[in-house]
Amino acid sequence: MTTSTDKTQEAEKGAVPSSDAASTTQAQISGEIAEIAHSLEQGGLTVNQPLLDYPPYRSSILRHPTKDPRHVDPETIELWAPCFGHFDVDPLEADLTIAGSGEPIGERITVTGRVTDGDGRPVRNQLIEVWQANAAGRYIHKHEQHPAPLDPNFVGVGRCITDDDGNYWFQTIKPGPYPWGNHLNAWRPAHIHFSIFGRAFTQRLVTQMYFPGDPLFALDPIYQSITDPKAREALVATYDHDQTKPEFSMGYKWDIVLTGPSRTYMEESE
Amino acid sequence: MTTLFPTPGQTVGPFFGQALPYAGDGDLVPPGSRDAVRLHGWVLDGDGQPIPDALVEIWQAAPDGSIPQEQGSLHRDGWTFTGWGRAETDLTGHYTFSTVVPGPTEEGRAPFFAVTVFARGLLDKLFTRIYLPDHPANAGDPLLQALTDDERPTLIATAEPGGFRFDIHLQGPRETVFLTHQ
Repeated sequence: MTTSTDKTQEAEKGAVPSSDAASTTQAQISGEIAEIAHSLEQGGLTVNQPLLDYPPYRSSILRHPTKDPRHVDPETIELWAPCFGHFDVDPLEADLTIAGSGEPIGERITVTGRVTDGDGRPVRNQLIEVWQANAAGRYIHKHEQHPAPLDPNFVGVGRCITDDDGNYWFQTIKPGPYPWGNHLNAWRPAHIHFSIFGRAFTQRLVTQMYFPGDPLFALDPIYQSITDPKAREALVATYDHDQTKPEFSMGYKWDIVLTGPSRTYMEESE
Repeated sequence: MTTLFPTPGQTVGPFFGQALPYAGDGDLVPPGSRDAVRLHGWVLDGDGQPIPDALVEIWQAAPDGSIPQEQGSLHRDGWTFTGWGRAETDLTGHYTFSTVVPGPTEEGRAPFFAVTVFARGLLDKLFTRIYLPDHPANAGDPLLQALTDDERPTLIATAEPGGFRFDIHLQGPRETVFLTHQ
């Protein structure tokens, strides 16, 4: 009896979504996702970066700035970036499968790609950091609650330095999807977190790489916070049979584009 | 001309703790060393509650205004100033750097720390600047002068014995001014 009353009250709350994860269903979240996409479409807007104010991702409600960012011309320090190199990163750190004494459990994969600026020119000799869940969808983290097994042979953390043509390479295992507390029966599509430095401070990027064909894409408010389908599809790697190694591992390819031309090239073209 | 659209960002999520923080990450210079200052503060949400799963990065010039281009941020040798550091917030939402005061990169310009903020719940990084309190060049800084009297203090650190305090408000009446360069 109280249920229908609750639902009415819920509806009357209108634009303020409940942050009570236990009472929010996937259908409600999917409805909010569709509504935001629809209203942007009506306004003729395409947004190729995530919306920071995106209530379907409940944790964003109190953590997004309410004002638009202030435009500023980058000053000298912002046109340069910190310098990383082989003093910082051992080449073995690109192999996430050698953390233990044995082989990690899961589908062994290589992930490769190229980092460029907006003009397609390579971002050379810069730092990439990655982290991910294991094959069962479990992270090594003190606040991780998912009762899936840890893998003694998998930490899920790697680093590399891009080569002279902007290429990177990681050997790892395919991460599993995992449940999270955003709403009832919420599951994140499988992904690898990437942290990337450019040749300018302003090119800094932290994002997530996804795997092709994941049925969870439509349901996931983090992925859907990028409302332009073409833009969010840029986060999905492609299966690359040329990178697949016979009797060893599957290959995925994922290229990364940083904002704008980088300082090096602005100077060269001046 | 820029022709390719940039890869979208995504939240850093809750589980970066094993991957991004490392020993000495926030110590651009060893704490207590000559000229070392503490730069610290709290990262807060729209209710003024501390955010215990945020990550703050700073990038800065040396005291003489030169821009470091040295490797070694991930393996601090205690002598090389790389100009870059990273600090995750603790359980009380507090972050701390040990660093030196940046100098102006061009004569007469206001020096600042360039800052990037990441957090669970924050769908993309945020850029901002931390200016030095009472620096004479602040009066001529184009960004500071373009801000209202309410906004300006959100970008200027507070002087304290031994260093500076700078709180980052992601939302709320004291919301920090965040920046875009595009």
